[in-house]
Amino acid sequence: MKILVCISHVPDTTSKINFTEADTKFDTSGVQFVINPHDEYALTRAIWFKEKQGASITVVTVGNQSVEPTLRKCLAIGADDAIRVDAEPKEAFFVAEQLSAVVKAGGFDLVIAGRESLDYNGGMVPGFLAASLGYNFVNACTGIEIDGANATVTREIDGGNEVLTTNLPLVVGGQKGIVEEKDLRIPNMRGIMMARKKPLSVVPAVDVTPSSKTVSFEKPPLRGACKLVDADNIDELINLLHNEAKVI
Amino acid sequence: MSVLIFAETSEGRFKKISFEATSYAAKVAEMLQTNLVALSINASEPSQLSDYGASKILNVKNARLDNFNAKAYADAIKQAAEAEGATVVVIDSSSNGLFLAPLAAYNLKAGLGSNTVALPVSVAPFIVKRTAFSNKAFCQTELTTSVKVIGLAKNAFGVFENKVEATVEAFDPSLNDADFNIVSKEINKTSGKVSIADADIVVSGGRGLKGPENWGMLEELAEVLGAATACSKPVADLDWRPHNEHVGQTGKPVAANLYIAIGISGAIQHLAGINASKVKVVINTDPEAPFFKAADYGIVGDAFEVVPQLVEKLKAFKQNNA
Ligand SMILES: Cc1cc2nc3c(=O)[nH]c(=O)nc-3n(C[C@H](O)[C@H](O)[C@H](O)COP(=O)(O)OP(=O)(O)OC[C@H]3O[C@@H](n4cnc5c(N)ncnc54)[C@H](O)[C@@H]3O)c2cc1C
Ligand SMILES: Nc1ncnc2c1ncn2[C@@H]1O[C@H](COP(=O)(O)O)[C@@H](O)[C@H]1O
Repeated sequence: MKILVCISHVPDTTSKINFTEADTKFDTSGVQFVINPHDEYALTRAIWFKEKQGASITVVTVGNQSVEPTLRKCLAIGADDAIRVDAEPKEAFFVAEQLSAVVKAGGFDLVIAGRESLDYNGGMVPGFLAASLGYNFVNACTGIEIDGANATVTREIDGGNEVLTTNLPLVVGGQKGIVEEKDLRIPNMRGIMMARKKPLSVVPAVDVTPSSKTVSFEKPPLRGACKLVDADNIDELINLLHNEAKVI
Repeated sequence: MSVLIFAETSEGRFKKISFEATSYAAKVAEMLQTNLVALSINASEPSQLSDYGASKILNVKNARLDNFNAKAYADAIKQAAEAEGATVVVIDSSSNGLFLAPLAAYNLKAGLGSNTVALPVSVAPFIVKRTAFSNKAFCQTELTTSVKVIGLAKNAFGVFENKVEATVEAFDPSLNDADFNIVSKEINKTSGKVSIADADIVVSGGRGLKGPENWGMLEELAEVLGAATACSKPVADLDWRPHNEHVGQTGKPVAANLYIAIGISGAIQHLAGINASKVKVVINTDPEAPFFKAADYGIVGDAFEVVPQLVEKLKAFKQNNA
């Protein structure tokens, strides 16, 4: 089985979010970047397949050189090789078409992405990618088993889950549950040493006309201070929720 | 030209979120000075959509579509959009909506604005306002394709009645056998409880509640309010509550109208998942708890004293306002 794991490189959640260039660009200064958490779960499941069932794992990111440490971290955790598509990840459709070209060139039969990335939170890339490839697709995946070409996939639905059967080739949008948090791996010294020798290839972007563009970013208006209600005055809270906030 | 809304059903009945998306799409149609066409699949009462502004309703009746199938549903949406010359398609953000929207958009060669939280900022150019960076910012995105798909965020707009004359027509999309390569084997629902995704109100507990045996009062509070129960990550990790109740960055997102946090400190990873909720209430003994900075209303107090009183007072309130 040839697995491709799509990695997006995102600001750590504790990062301060600011914008530059007249609020059109994310300000990366002082921001710590990490593997998108959903993608880290996805990668860990891929490693499980590699160890238990035999599979090769390639990780891919569409981005400029600054994403390479994130790809190296994936190699240190256990991916076999990495690809960087050399382009600004402008928008989801553009990114998905880049990934689609990588899948076609590499003949991958299982593509594991994350449900959504923590930066632009689009939740669009995995679906676009599946549609572009004509592969089967399951989103919000919390479990996956592969047996030959057959796949059993669990997805989260509102208020529960659904178990589906399908077959490879397949794209899934994974999330926590695909492995448990305790199964996530921290790269060890040996992994980090080995990662330096693993191949990281840089490929040029294919020509794609984007379907959207960012006009501007804005931060939510500063919120008014929290209204404190005395613990002995619960009626006041009910009154505020009913008459002011109108939520009960 | 028209606007198309895909109105999702569950066992033939529309969900509240479908009425919200229809109300929204009706306003978008008004902005574009065109009419709103709705597509439903196996709806038992398709004409209900006219209460929210749909003047033409296409209802598909096909037993193969009784179970949700993202590819087949996306195909049906594409065909309906083409048949109606829709330039804008609106899809909600239920788990099914999030699943099928990129497929439908791709097939329509349309740009997709997921997590859209308001009416378009402008229609020429077509600009939507979306959440980004885990609700810590908004992004104005221009969709540059001729057809546009809007993924409407949950609880972003509200339900507005707007009764119009409507026709209901049968619609029979041609289905592609390859779409049925994905087969639903079982659906497991946490029965009898409001799910976090569907809830207007969510009552959530943290480590401040000390142990699983103390969740009775939270459940009572949830019951009076018709709310779903949720919890912070450590609470799920300690197995005090089931994992499907864990909300936050690594858990479920909550976009409720009212989020009540009890004994939760308000760590940034927790807030990342609940920021999209409209009104936040915090009950915590520590006035320095970061949650007070994120909340609209707060009580500095002991949950074990405040919550039981709140339950009693709310019961009385509900009786008087029934
Ligand atoms: C990568 C990462 C991802 C994470 N993802 C998530 C996530 O998705 N969701 C999440 O929730 N957390 C997440 N966390 C954990 C998060 O950082 C916090 O540790 C966690 O949210 C704290 O949970 P808590 O508020 O229940 O507990 P605590 O921080 O222990 O807070 C308990 C609170 O209860 C109050 N209290 C105590 N007694 C009472 C009483 N009698 N009455 C009222 N209040 C009382 C205390 O004052 C305190 O504020 C993540 C952490 C990391 C590093
Ligand atoms: N620039 C990128 N390079 C590689 N994969 C990506 C990129 N952006 C998004 N993805 C993948 O698509 C998933 C969903 O991203 P998004 O649609 O941006 O929310 C992520 O979890 C990644 O698996």
